[in-house]
Amino acid sequence: MNIEHDVLVGFSKSFGLFYLIALSVAVLIYACWPSNKQRFDRAAQSILDDRDRPWR
Amino acid sequence: MRPFPTFSQAPMIAQLTRTERQNAILICLVIAACGFLLAAAGRDDPISIHGALIFVACALMIFRIGKDYYAPEPSDERFAHYYDDPSKAGIVLSMAWVVVGLAFGDWVAWQLVYPDLTFGGGWSSFGRIRPVHTTAVIFGFGGNALIATSLYVLQRTTRARLPDQLSPWFVLMGYNLFCLLAVTGYMLGITQSKEYAEPEWYADLWLVVVWVVYFLIYLRTLARRKEPHIYVANWYFMAFILVVAILHIVNNLAVPVSLGSAKSYSAFSGVQDAMTQWWYGHNAVAFFLTAGFLGMMYYFLPVVAGRPIFSYRLSIISFWGITFFYMWAGSHHLHYTALPQWVQTLGMTFSLMLLVPSWASAGNALLTLNGAWHKVRDDATLRFMMVAAVFYGLSTFEGSFMAIRSVNSLSHYTDWTVGHVHAGALGWVAMITFGSIYAVVPWLWKRTGMYSARMIEAHFWLALAGTVIYVFAMWNSGIIQGLMWRTYSDSGTLAYSFVDSLIAMRPYYIARAFGGLLFLIGGCIGAYNIWMTIREPREAEARAGDLPEPRLAAQPGE
Repeated sequence: MNIEHDVLVGFSKSFGLFYLIALSVAVLIYACWPSNKQRFDRAAQSILDDRDRPWR
Repeated sequence: MRPFPTFSQAPMIAQLTRTERQNAILICLVIAACGFLLAAAGRDDPISIHGALIFVACALMIFRIGKDYYAPEPSDERFAHYYDDPSKAGIVLSMAWVVVGLAFGDWVAWQLVYPDLTFGGGWSSFGRIRPVHTTAVIFGFGGNALIATSLYVLQRTTRARLPDQLSPWFVLMGYNLFCLLAVTGYMLGITQSKEYAEPEWYADLWLVVVWVVYFLIYLRTLARRKEPHIYVANWYFMAFILVVAILHIVNNLAVPVSLGSAKSYSAFSGVQDAMTQWWYGHNAVAFFLTAGFLGMMYYFLPVVAGRPIFSYRLSIISFWGITFFYMWAGSHHLHYTALPQWVQTLGMTFSLMLLVPSWASAGNALLTLNGAWHKVRDDATLRFMMVAAVFYGLSTFEGSFMAIRSVNSLSHYTDWTVGHVHAGALGWVAMITFGSIYAVVPWLWKRTGMYSARMIEAHFWLALAGTVIYVFAMWNSGIIQGLMWRTYSDSGTLAYSFVDSLIAMRPYYIARAFGGLLFLIGGCIGAYNIWMTIREPREAEARAGDLPEPRLAAQPGE
């Protein structure tokens, strides 16, 4: 039981750390990628546009 | 000009196709049969009362559908409009729940001042009506508002109509049946005694069905969307739906004593049970009371302010931050317990890290208002949202602070926790919801504005004053309580008895109950104002479209 607990803790502390760092980096790259900026700006603006009906 | 139906005569059933009406009756029959079986199997167990309740609710629903069953079918013209009937009903239900929930909350608060304020029976004791309060406000008020606004926002941001007309009704009505089972169950003594997850196994199973249908509506609508990019509000709403499903299923894993008994036993025990419960409990705060309402904020605040969100990038970064940090924060509820020290530290660390995405969202909201402060001044609807963002920032800071182990040693089990929860629930959740509802009601019912701008103003100040009084009372109370419990005399014994600390709390309990009363009065004014807006014969210079126009300040004296 002790071994199982230690293995679990070790896994959490190693893999857990790195996957969260990797994830954070991935999100930051996605959010700050220059070519995405146009898409984001359009999305932010889109809710203010007057498109009052479903498209189909 | 196309005439718009008012709520009182809105042919909500006539809007359904014949097949949808038939399916609705079929679904009601199946659920009624389940209710009948529960009632029969339960015999003397309280579950039989719930079985009967389910049966009667379904029977009433069948009569309601039957009344308009032969109404003519809707024309294909309906596809040219968004489907908003469930959102309208959701908002009305939400306002009904908030009045009930706040009233129970204030009653509970007065019980702490006057412990005899019960009706004698067990049903009206503190331990039973406190969960009635929490369930009615969180799930009844918050949940209905989330369902109503999420379906509204989903359609506008994707430019797609809901995939069918029956499933949103199933979700809304099914969800309210769950809430009804929950609050009536507590008063009957049915509870699995897990915070925010009190309902027993049969109600839990029912909510799983409802929730999966809710998530499917989201996926099916997104699949039909015109916009290639999914607007960030939908990400928050989807995280809310998906994660609440996961939390609900895992935390409620239990084995009932028998199929005719309300009582069940959890699959977890001891510290695992505590950890599972607070993993659930804190993520209920995170994904029900935060992510869902952030979805509301990211749509309604920019639209009402007439300005796009300050930084769309930041909203994405904070979305993923909140999603992945919150999952690990729950163990801060279990400092100084049998939970391994490193798990407590993990919870504490992630709680501190959470400040980054939380303040990113709060700051993003406030910076969006930069340049629209005159609207905040003139329009109480927008002011509700502004104050909500401020309280969101305040209570997330406070939460991170209280999660620090040494701070927690003072704050835990005291009224400080109660104050913190209410800074979030009244200041953030209720304010953003009231703001969003005041914005969406005129759009949904095609009115030029709310029935009374002055009443919104009154509601705003009552809500703000009530929240501030409540929170300050509980800060004082909690810190005094915490200090009294840890003060030792020269001989090394505790300086104060528990009763001493209770007596010291009394003035703050009076102040808290008064603050709650102000908030309740505000809620009642809001409910009346919304009802009058709906009932108002003045048909408004109805806009033909379904989308809100960003509007300036509410016209006073309407």
